[in-house]
Amino acid sequence: MNVVLITIISLGVLGSLAAIILYFVAQKFKVFEDPRIDQVEEVLPAANCGGCGYPGCRAFAEAMVKSDDISDLNCPVGGADTMSAAAAILGKEVAAADPMVAVVRCNGTCENRPRITEYDGATSCTIATSLYGGDTGCSNGCLGLGECVDACAFNAMYMDEETGLPVIIEDNCVSCGACVDACPKNIIELRKKGPKSRRIFVSCVNTDKGAAAKKACSVACIACKKCQKICPFDAITVENNLAYIDYNKCKLCRKCVAECPTNAIHMINFPPPKPKVEKPVAESAE
Amino acid sequence: MLKTFSLGGVHPAENKFSAGQKIEVLPVPEQVSVPIAQHIGAPSEPVVAKGDEVKVGQLIAKSTGFVSANIHSPVSGKVFKIDDIIDASGYKRKAIIIKTEGDEWDESIDRSEDLITEITATPEEIITKVGEAGIVGLGGATFPAHVKLSVPPGKTCEVLILNGVECEPYLTADHQLMMEKGDEIMVGTQILMKALKVDKAIIGIENNKPDAIKHMSELAGKYPGITIQPLKVQYPQGGEKQLIDACIGRQIPSGKLPIEVGAVVQNVGTTLAVYEAVQKNKPLFERVVTVTGKSVSKPSNFLARVGTPLNQLIDAAGGLPEDTGKVIGGGPMMGKALSSTEVPITKGSSGILIMPDEMAKRGKTEACIRCSKCVSVCPMGLSPYLLMTVSDKAIWDRAEEEKIMDCIECGSCSFTCPANRPLLDYIRLGKGKVGQIMRSRTK
Repeated sequence: MNVVLITIISLGVLGSLAAIILYFVAQKFKVFEDPRIDQVEEVLPAANCGGCGYPGCRAFAEAMVKSDDISDLNCPVGGADTMSAAAAILGKEVAAADPMVAVVRCNGTCENRPRITEYDGATSCTIATSLYGGDTGCSNGCLGLGECVDACAFNAMYMDEETGLPVIIEDNCVSCGACVDACPKNIIELRKKGPKSRRIFVSCVNTDKGAAAKKACSVACIACKKCQKICPFDAITVENNLAYIDYNKCKLCRKCVAECPTNAIHMINFPPPKPKVEKPVAESAE
Repeated sequence: MLKTFSLGGVHPAENKFSAGQKIEVLPVPEQVSVPIAQHIGAPSEPVVAKGDEVKVGQLIAKSTGFVSANIHSPVSGKVFKIDDIIDASGYKRKAIIIKTEGDEWDESIDRSEDLITEITATPEEIITKVGEAGIVGLGGATFPAHVKLSVPPGKTCEVLILNGVECEPYLTADHQLMMEKGDEIMVGTQILMKALKVDKAIIGIENNKPDAIKHMSELAGKYPGITIQPLKVQYPQGGEKQLIDACIGRQIPSGKLPIEVGAVVQNVGTTLAVYEAVQKNKPLFERVVTVTGKSVSKPSNFLARVGTPLNQLIDAAGGLPEDTGKVIGGGPMMGKALSSTEVPITKGSSGILIMPDEMAKRGKTEACIRCSKCVSVCPMGLSPYLLMTVSDKAIWDRAEEEKIMDCIECGSCSFTCPANRPLLDYIRLGKGKVGQIMRSRTK
């Protein structure tokens, strides 16, 4: 009985002594951390994807608390709701960022772009890129080995077995840009999601001259500049044998889509075309 | 017991079908495409324009830095255009395309067959001449030869080692050169010895070429300071570091050059080019290329002009066999599969290997079974299985710690892997990334 008592008392005394020392040490070396960082982190999506440019949500929260002007900070995953919630905690102003979405700018399906060589090396786009231009005549197009799909942490991409091209599931895409960085051919681009998720883009990145591009792929941009001429908003530039549509200038009039001789310009989420009606879409004015 | 390097190595089937085939001079092609980037270092800059008349041996693109090389016209005729063509890299690169008219050589080139043994040039003149002639390492690495000959201050060269190993299976270009141009190579060696200020040279030859060892040993008696070192057949003995280890038993520290242990290595083909440049004033615009393969009807060694389309060489060797699965530029171990047979021969093309379909396919990649065969064959003492994993998972700091940059890309690991893992592909990827990181750090 005695032994038990002595043990309890001595351990109790030791414990309380240690507690007292720890209390004072904690007071002495206390690190002040802005409590708002925790609060902001709470409202962030905790995806830690790096889409904001910071290494994880915590770092982004710290950056938001520290900087006075947070108008150039944006969490693409959370979007406007998250940003305004975070700004409300901090009492700062946020600029409304347009929602973005990843777009695959290659339509070189097996049918459109015949394979001329066979690749049986490592299943990695980066490795294949270091070895050659690709298994088709187009050295800019998609290699179809799916490095972008591997990079996507939001389950927003898959490889279409039939076309051999990656497909983006718009609802899941948070525009973190991981696929854009992963693609060694720079095919994937983050573009403005657009009103009602409608957008128009050139689905080609081939910089060869027209004849060579067309020979390699039937839906390649041949840089004929027809789209550039017809565009009423100067949104299209043709550089380096390739047309590019500036999504900030594009008013979604769809004139270029009809004009393109190779169907390289794609429109997404538009209603099926009504017979012979050519007028700008009303929503675009907003 | 014959000498060889101390660590790792493999012995693939030799398949030297074209051995003993006399070097055949390939007819001058109707049109050549000369890429302006066919050496390690900065691409050259064209000095001719569309429509210019050029002669054989005339400078058409000049070197743009210390590590760069001049390029000379391989044919006489008119510059048709300067345009992008697909070269052996599989990408479009700038090339000078010349339409051939006759075969008129620059007057300053001595076209006689006479052997000139007397070396009048000073060491500095030799190095300048080698640089002007656009000579690069003809073993396949295409490193500008004058850079290797310019020994950095504070370092001394003790021995010149010549690479007559030709450890790549199938290839026989160097073998045949030694048999036919032995004397020229010997004089070339003397020139290199003079340039490097050394009195000792060793020519390493693997003992699967007994005729070459015998022939060169007989010749070496006439030239002071040159010894022939027969070596045990082991791949990758032709690697600079392995050859030095095999010949003089010295190991180069990690990240250092051969000069650190007092050695300079040159290929026998390069040595012949040096002889021709210094004694005959002939720049480098042609080379010996082996065209070979199991189903090739006439495996041969051709003397071809740089810029000749590959398919002309293949046609001369009996045409593309029906069962062709892969055409490789170089040997089977380090060569690269080509996406087109229209790519031109460059200074670094040591061979064209045509593989039948059943040999060309890679096996299905399976899981690593931890047999560590790759570790035991790695001639650099690395752990390829680990390097592949860290490269795949993008753990670059670990890759650097594990000395990924020491990899010489010989491919012994991929060759030996029983699970067909693409070890070298991933290691190359890692090397690229780690190299980038290391360079950005020093900036």
